[in-house]
Amino acid sequence: MHDAALAAKPAAQSAAAPLLAVRDLNAWYGESHALHGVTFDVKPGEVVTLLGRNGAGKTTTLKAIMGILGKRTGSVTFEGKETIKLPARTIARAGIAYCPEERGIFSSLSVEENLMLPPQVKAGGMTVERIFELFPNLKERLNSQGTKLSGGEQQMLAIGRILRTGAKTLLLDEPTEGLAPVIIQQIGKTIARLKQEGFTIVLVEQNFRFAATVADRHFVVEQGKVVDQILNDELDANIEKLHAYLGV
Amino acid sequence: MFELLGIPPQALFGQLLLGLINGSFYAMLSLGLAIIFGLLNIINFTHGAQYMLGAFVAWMLLNYLGIGYWWALLLVPIIVGATGIIIERLLISRLYHLDHLYGLLLTFGLALILQGLLRNEYGISGLPYGIPAELAGGTNLGFMFLPNYRGWVVIASLAVCLGTWFVIEKTRLGAYLRAATENPTLVGAFGINVPLMITLTYGFGVALAGFAGVLAAPIYSVNPNMGADLIIVVFAVVVIGGMGSILGSVITGFGLGLVEGLTRVFYPEGSAVVIFVIMAIVLMIKPAGLFGRTV
Repeated sequence: MHDAALAAKPAAQSAAAPLLAVRDLNAWYGESHALHGVTFDVKPGEVVTLLGRNGAGKTTTLKAIMGILGKRTGSVTFEGKETIKLPARTIARAGIAYCPEERGIFSSLSVEENLMLPPQVKAGGMTVERIFELFPNLKERLNSQGTKLSGGEQQMLAIGRILRTGAKTLLLDEPTEGLAPVIIQQIGKTIARLKQEGFTIVLVEQNFRFAATVADRHFVVEQGKVVDQILNDELDANIEKLHAYLGV
Repeated sequence: MFELLGIPPQALFGQLLLGLINGSFYAMLSLGLAIIFGLLNIINFTHGAQYMLGAFVAWMLLNYLGIGYWWALLLVPIIVGATGIIIERLLISRLYHLDHLYGLLLTFGLALILQGLLRNEYGISGLPYGIPAELAGGTNLGFMFLPNYRGWVVIASLAVCLGTWFVIEKTRLGAYLRAATENPTLVGAFGINVPLMITLTYGFGVALAGFAGVLAAPIYSVNPNMGADLIIVVFAVVVIGGMGSILGSVITGFGLGLVEGLTRVFYPEGSAVVIFVIMAIVLMIKPAGLFGRTV
């Protein structure tokens, strides 16, 4: 019966096979069990968000997909291939790029070195000129020390450098956190443009108003699990429910 | 001839040259230590023994295989570096998740084993290693007589230090290294093989020590304690320059060699301790070292 239910599911959403499928993902920080069976999937070209309160496990989910946590079990398939046993560098080489919450700009590297650091993993990455077109500020600061940039510029650098790699699936952890509204807008526009160009994006957000402007679907994360899924088109109808989840 | 503060210039320049030679070895060894510490977070106590191993391997190549100095200069860093890679893969790599202290104890133990084995086999009286014929003799610079081999040691050491600095600060490979020193997890998540980088970095740092050992073989006698005597001073140099600073360790290495030489001229009794006195003062005023980054 269980098998039948599973088999019926793909038929229902057969429009596209998932690009990234996360099944019963468990993960640990040292001894502490942080994810308790996260399950969701992302179709090619989709932008999805993980919403939830602080400490719900959104960031941990991205880290676990990327393979940078000590221990994880369950299943994460990317383009149909199982990655749960692979090290982070192999997952990156398969075409998933990660932009951490703390942005991860290297202080001992110049802006240019930061931008050029991630190796190309697939053909067809963005040229540096196109990245400057998206983020003109970076061009003027190429020789500065990476961490001398403003918070917004650092975020642009953190996103810009992974666009160079040719990876078409991006994991973005709170790219708008702590930034001025005008910069949040610029990042929103960038995400919309990347979606147009066929990028697939998993976005962790606290700010669901921002999330609503860019995403197709929202997954609600609570206590290390995905507990609900809300289509962006149905967001207004579900706003009360979402408020309850997020405790706002 | 003129005199400077009552010191004959021959003596002054002679001691400065000696200081520069010592400084060359301080610089090469502290550079290797700084690179290894930066990426591996391991204080490589085996460094002195690996320098000594470099001198011994050069001696063995000559006496057992008839391979001379110039080939030794190329082969010894490769051989000693390879032993470093084996040590890192087999032993050090198991300690990364533990406290620094374990790495220090492991490498200290390895140094004792290496020294003990060679002492058992070759004794402590020292083995002679001749200066290569091309560099025998000396040059009269007018103000002093410069033995050619010593001039070569200073030049070779400067070239190796500057070359290493250039690779680390100005190339893409160096950018990987600096980035991995800051945040290895994220560098790995970009698709870079960080464990391999760590292994090769340790191998390179150890190869530098081996190279210094070959340069030292014709100057100091080849004996199992030559590294242990030197490494204590080199640790002081690294502390003064700042752990993990590349240019800092090079400049401090040469600078302290000269300071030591000058002390030997003006106050010979203090020459053995001057570096440690400077270390104590630097630690009090700027604990991160003269070139250390305070995060």
